[in-house]
Amino acid sequence: MISLEFSNKLELSSSPHIHSKWSTKKVMWFVVLALMPSLISGIIFFGTYQLLIVLVSIFFCITTEFCIKKIRKSKVTIDDGSAVVTGILLGLILPPNFSLTATALGAIFSIAIGKELFGGLGFNIFNPALIGRAFLQAAYPVAMTTWSKPNFSVDTITSATPLAAYKFDKVLTQLKPMIIGNIGGSIGETSAIAILLGGFFLIAVKIVNWRIPLSMIFGMILFSGILWLIDPLKYANPLFHLFAGGFLFGAFFMATDWVTSPITSKGMWIFGFAISLIIVVIRTFGGLPEGVMYAILIMNAFVPLINRLTKPKIFGEQK
Amino acid sequence: MLFFNQKKTFRGGIHPNTYKELTEDLSFEIMPPPKQVIIPLSQHTGKPAKPLINKGTKVKTGELIAEQDGYISANIHSSVTGKVIKISSAVNVNGFIKESIFIETDENEEFCKMPSLNIEAITAEEIKTRIKDAGIVGLGGAAFPAYVKLSPPDKKIDYVILNGCECEPYLTRDYRLMIERTDDIISGLKLIMKAVNASKGIIGIEDNKIEAINKLKKALSNYSDISIIPLKTKYPQGAEKMLIKAVINREVPPGKLPFDVGCIIHNIGTTISIYDAISKGEPQITAAITVSGKGINKPKNLIARVGTPLIDIINFCGGIKSNTKKIIVGGPMMGIAQYDLSAPVTKATSGILVLNDEEVTNFKETNCLRCGKCVEVCPLNLIPTRLARLTQFKKYEDAKNLGITVCMECGTCTYNCPANIPLVQWIRLGKQKAMSIIS
Ligand code: SF4
Ligand code: SF4
Repeated sequence: MISLEFSNKLELSSSPHIHSKWSTKKVMWFVVLALMPSLISGIIFFGTYQLLIVLVSIFFCITTEFCIKKIRKSKVTIDDGSAVVTGILLGLILPPNFSLTATALGAIFSIAIGKELFGGLGFNIFNPALIGRAFLQAAYPVAMTTWSKPNFSVDTITSATPLAAYKFDKVLTQLKPMIIGNIGGSIGETSAIAILLGGFFLIAVKIVNWRIPLSMIFGMILFSGILWLIDPLKYANPLFHLFAGGFLFGAFFMATDWVTSPITSKGMWIFGFAISLIIVVIRTFGGLPEGVMYAILIMNAFVPLINRLTKPKIFGEQK
Repeated sequence: MLFFNQKKTFRGGIHPNTYKELTEDLSFEIMPPPKQVIIPLSQHTGKPAKPLINKGTKVKTGELIAEQDGYISANIHSSVTGKVIKISSAVNVNGFIKESIFIETDENEEFCKMPSLNIEAITAEEIKTRIKDAGIVGLGGAAFPAYVKLSPPDKKIDYVILNGCECEPYLTRDYRLMIERTDDIISGLKLIMKAVNASKGIIGIEDNKIEAINKLKKALSNYSDISIIPLKTKYPQGAEKMLIKAVINREVPPGKLPFDVGCIIHNIGTTISIYDAISKGEPQITAAITVSGKGINKPKNLIARVGTPLIDIINFCGGIKSNTKKIIVGGPMMGIAQYDLSAPVTKATSGILVLNDEEVTNFKETNCLRCGKCVEVCPLNLIPTRLARLTQFKKYEDAKNLGITVCMECGTCTYNCPANIPLVQWIRLGKQKAMSIIS
């Protein structure tokens, strides 16, 4: 028999009293897990030094966040795992054998400018890892476009990325090495298999909303396909675009960043299509071979607008 | 057109663990009257009833002790035989202090019923009058007086929909009622259809309640005007607007009621009360309750007298385990945490849940990740994250323009938020403020 005094021990809070098993922390660790195949592929194709780059990037991301929170005297939130994710993401989009000092600077920039300047997790407008990379692109333009030859390359002369090879020399890389990852490129961006493995995992556990990668892929096929149909000799085919450069990595891990992508379903479609359109424009008509980073950063800026324009119709509401 | 076996539903919603296995196979047990009952004068939406008795009055089980006051109000009958010891305020399960009648139970029970009516020959008016006399309130949560719902103003009603979803986790009383009182539910539905002159009846049931679906289907084989529609198991499938959308594909506009789209919705338990009141002359003096959760020693489906204190019910169910953390009246999604176990069950109480520390998950709240998970699941297509934020900034006008007053407080958004932001709590607050803005 329990007595009325038991009431005092009961916890009070308002409904709902149950919660899904997801927390910010758990989500972040799942993303870390999903990035492991790409990290491993980077180590296989470019050597163990790449692990060092990623670790340095993680270390400086965490430390920067910790210091800024301390300076600002706000609650230290590094245990939410988001700094770790940014660290890995940044490491994986750097060229193999990149300088560790520059990596550290990029990591500091990612967190300090890309995230904490806006107020920390949830308040940033741009993807922090891409902000870090954009900074390094400006500060170290040569090192950022110097590509190491992958370990198992049959081609002993070139280490250029497929996109650069196509843009500057009209050399079309074969599909198979691009899918496996045995090509020049950023540490985690070359192996389509590894990226898809992690990407599908995140879609399966519903962390990544499939609409964004799917709309990007559709958009890419559509926009690059139109050009290709106009002149197949002048423009690369859609499959090449899908597997070359940072497209897949961007589609599954960068554009899908929760904080910097739209919250509405319709908004996600618009976001994905627009990113692909910008990528095709930059790759085809711009001075750079690659365009994923800029395309995502540009669209990040439009997210608040997209969210506002795609507000869903309230249930039962007549327009 | 509607077909059998088609899995219909609405957009959004969540799939929490149901925990129905704790009680779904347990037949109803009847709990003996407690030593004392506390019967609140207000167990319904609207004005409290007016007491007809005084301290010291001897009352019989089923005797009218408080009378409906105004149009939206309901009669209240004594749930036990005994002596009125006082009329004073007492805590109720909604956390409010309400005027209540305290009755000390006598050992020898005497009943006081209304005359039974012939369910074949009865007229629509007689049905409504009896429902009103028996003090029947809707058992779906809001406890709206049932006869009011049956008197829609000049609207053609073509469907009467019975809500057999019971989408809240843990609760199994409607499921058990559908199995144990199948025929009475159908008779009750027929009576409601007659009362509002509707030609079609529909019973919407979530597809995880297979036994109930089968039993009802069998019992319905010679009724052509009533159909069963199995629905996807999903929370909040039992919310009126969601159910109507799923079964007849009509959307109730914001601020409107089911009859505005030509239908009337009743709960399973209400339908049985209506049947009992008409065919047996019984007023609504008992509540069918699921007592469940991993913290209770003997989970049960129970028929208890209205006014029985929670503590008596808990002790009747073998008491609680030591790791109990929360006691809730209602379901875990919309129910109310209790702080005083002397509060009594009322006509509309659906469940008592004793949850332990493993069932009540408390994560740390973090910043909004703008993941859109709350937007994805909101059945009413609201933007919970923005509504909560606007409330925090006291921008009630903006929140109102974004539909905050439409929110049905189902808690789906909060359940799904990985940042563990108490969205519905903020929205509830903002909703109250927004409603007070004169527009
Ligand atoms: S509580 Fe309100 S805002 Fe949240 S999901 Fe339910 S209806 Fe939508
Ligand atoms: S679910 Fe939570 S974290 Fe995600 S957008 Fe909504 S409020 Fe923000």
